[in-house]
Amino acid sequence: MWVYEKKLQYPAKVSKKDPRMAKYLITQYGVPDGELAAALRYLNQRYTMPTRQAKAVCNDIGTEELAHLEIIATLVYKLLKGATLEELKAVDLGGHYAEHDRALFYTDATGNPWTATYIQAKGDPLADLHEDMAAEQKARATYEWLINEAHDDPDLVDTLRFLREREVVHFQRFGEALNNVYEEAQRRRIF
Amino acid sequence: MSHDQLALLHEIQAVEFACIDLQLYLDTHPDDHRALADYNAQAQKMASLKAEYAERYGPLMHFGHEPAGYAWAWVHEPWPWEIAY
Ligand SMILES: [Fe+2]
Repeated sequence: MWVYEKKLQYPAKVSKKDPRMAKYLITQYGVPDGELAAALRYLNQRYTMPTRQAKAVCNDIGTEELAHLEIIATLVYKLLKGATLEELKAVDLGGHYAEHDRALFYTDATGNPWTATYIQAKGDPLADLHEDMAAEQKARATYEWLINEAHDDPDLVDTLRFLREREVVHFQRFGEALNNVYEEAQRRRIF
Repeated sequence: MSHDQLALLHEIQAVEFACIDLQLYLDTHPDDHRALADYNAQAQKMASLKAEYAERYGPLMHFGHEPAGYAWAWVHEPWPWEIAY
């Protein structure tokens, strides 16, 4: 089970209201390689991982991704806080307003809803761990674009840098889990 | 949220971050004694910081993981997304 802690993993800060950045950031909420997809992908794959290390890595990184999902949601919530309908329309969030008002929703930056077809579970640990590593690299790349866009908000940049750094660490750990799966397969062939 | 409460929260976040990062490392380096010692040192620090926080400001955790005083403070604001960090 999961236990909630009434705190964020990292202080999610923004310097100002900014519906434009909210619109871009929502992408990490509901895209194929965003935080929701990451959490659901890893937590779902852990059941069929063959080694104890790979199970633990999928379990623990999947759990950390849930904390990142909450940070992204907090950033979007804060960036939209107090935005007028005119300000939402000006950044093309009129459609979002019509459906959701200022509520969050799992979509990409252009409004496409999140779907389970974004993620995979092949049941083959080599294929699944390679997918996880690719997902971490794509999430890192998106964070870099978001950091460039957010250059006039140092607080937002700080939070995004933290999230970017975590993708690099996750990539590293998935790579080690992949090696562990290879080694175990090798050992079984020898003995 | 008062300056003191926020400062303690930041401290907890920093220590917990160390624990998370060490946990992921230990998952793929389970025989690393130094990392394990670091993990236990940080975990101990986190436990005492969280106990101090819960005592002063109300529980950070639910479902019986921390004792709660009267009145039930879990419902108190701010929730994590409402805090001006
Ligand atoms: Fe990640």
